Amino acid sequence: MSDTPLHFQTVAELSTSLAAGSLTSVALTEAIIARTLAVEDRVQAFNSHDRESALEQARASDARRAAGRPLSPLDGIPIGLKDVIAVRDQPLTASSRILANFVSPYDATVTTRLRDAGMVFWGRLNLDEFAMGSSTENSATRITANPHDLTRIPGGSSGGSAASLAAGQVPATLGSDTGGSIRQPAALCGVVGLKPTYGRVSRYGLVAYASSLDQIGPFGRTVEDVAMLLQAIAGADDRDSTSFDTPVPDYRAALSAPRARPWRIGIPREYFGAGLDPAVASAVQTAIAHYQALGAEIREISLPHTEYALAAYYIIATAEASSNLARFDGVRYGHRSAEAESLLDVYFKSRAEGFGSEVKLRIILGTYVLSSGYYDAYYGRAQKVRTLIREDFIRAFGEVDVVLTPTAPTAAFKRGEKSADPLAMYLADIYTIGVNLAGLPAISVPCGFTAAGLPIGLQLIGRPFAEADLLAAAHAYDHAHAWGKRTPNL
Amino acid sequence: MSSPHIDIDHLATLARLALTPEEKTRFTAQLGDILGYIEQLKTVNVDGVEPTAHATPIFNVLQADEPRPGLSVEDALRNAPAQRDHMIVVPRVVE
Repeated sequence: MSDTPLHFQTVAELSTSLAAGSLTSVALTEAIIARTLAVEDRVQAFNSHDRESALEQARASDARRAAGRPLSPLDGIPIGLKDVIAVRDQPLTASSRILANFVSPYDATVTTRLRDAGMVFWGRLNLDEFAMGSSTENSATRITANPHDLTRIPGGSSGGSAASLAAGQVPATLGSDTGGSIRQPAALCGVVGLKPTYGRVSRYGLVAYASSLDQIGPFGRTVEDVAMLLQAIAGADDRDSTSFDTPVPDYRAALSAPRARPWRIGIPREYFGAGLDPAVASAVQTAIAHYQALGAEIREISLPHTEYALAAYYIIATAEASSNLARFDGVRYGHRSAEAESLLDVYFKSRAEGFGSEVKLRIILGTYVLSSGYYDAYYGRAQKVRTLIREDFIRAFGEVDVVLTPTAPTAAFKRGEKSADPLAMYLADIYTIGVNLAGLPAISVPCGFTAAGLPIGLQLIGRPFAEADLLAAAHAYDHAHAWGKRTPNL
Repeated sequence: MSSPHIDIDHLATLARLALTPEEKTRFTAQLGDILGYIEQLKTVNVDGVEPTAHATPIFNVLQADEPRPGLSVEDALRNAPAQRDHMIVVPRVVE
């Protein structure tokens, strides 16, 4: 058995130990619970957790295994979910006051699939309210710390999912990614995070932020772990009409499948310009040199509409959000103002009391760009720019297999550093947003640390539904370096 | 770039949000900054470009019109702020 403490082992290692009978799910789950409680006062990643429920699931897993019928290689391994993914009978807050007392009446499809794989649900993880933010500071519940430096933010919006994993509080997590909300916190916390192709994973039971951009995806310490988790959650779902009915290959097997020809890796010049921190640039260049040493062909490419991605994103995402969040009206579920005397009062006051500042700002921005007289100039134009951004990528994939960029322009910043200036915060997602507009799969892989010990991530972007290729390209680097196994001193 | 006109009261009404005077001032300023940034889209040539609403090649999804189990009434009302006789209670709408 590995010398690494249980709480820092990979899903692959834990799976092997469980299968060999040298570890039980109850022992593992107890170790995870103990670790969670030991560091949670410093990390603050969890909105809630249920010890008894987790142990009951672990006992059921051990019973299945004792009977010789484990459900999958993941059976008995704990997983934490971003607090926007529904688990029946568990609280779901989206880190918002408006859902403070909400309890999910049904399972999300990814939840059902993880149950079917035998995973043990451990905890609901903090985020920027309604997944709107890049630092997890916009949460109404708590402020999550970066385990590598507690004075810094973990990234966002899936900050709890990245920080809990990096802190050893849970070996696997799910997040959601609308403009970088899986990849950016993965980079800032030194773990792997995958945003699948739009339509690869069902969104049924995910609290909607921007429906044409949102996608659920896994976090892990290694690319192999992420491949195993994607295997469990991917595939078409008749409850999500945007999920795509295309075969789900064996992602883990694809990691080490022989390749007919060397990787062709595109380096877009627009992603290495002003605003990129030199320490990040240097770590990413070192990773590019590693790929070159492996025999990859490195090509400089151009994605000429990159500079417009952020502007198009903040029109499209907020327009969709203003529409999606209209459902929170204080009538059927969620917070209702005690001051409301008329039905209109219920709407105006419940929403005023229930939503935080950034959510209100985005609802107002989305309302503005959709309002009469501005629709064509803003929303219509942004949708056309979206087409140009997608075409840039499609053109690039005519000559390369994957595109490699930094995940975020800087390492983790200080708490409070950008929270007064929304636009400065939005720029933290400058390298991740184009991928969502184009609907592509992309993964952030740890590629080193700054001199101050802060993690750095690189991003690989793949063709639509080519997650197997993307993961294999990421694994080629990750298995040689395994930066995600470097644990913080907490 | 010219700064766009922002009628924060009108927007708050459309969005069904009661805003405090402090919020109105702050959101107007922040909205102005963001709209100023977004202005750059006006420099992109989009003549003849089709809009993209979503990025997957799915355009119409049909399924058989057959009943199947859904949420129970109890589950559907589980989070209702006020309920009576399997209905949601709201302030009186019609006098």
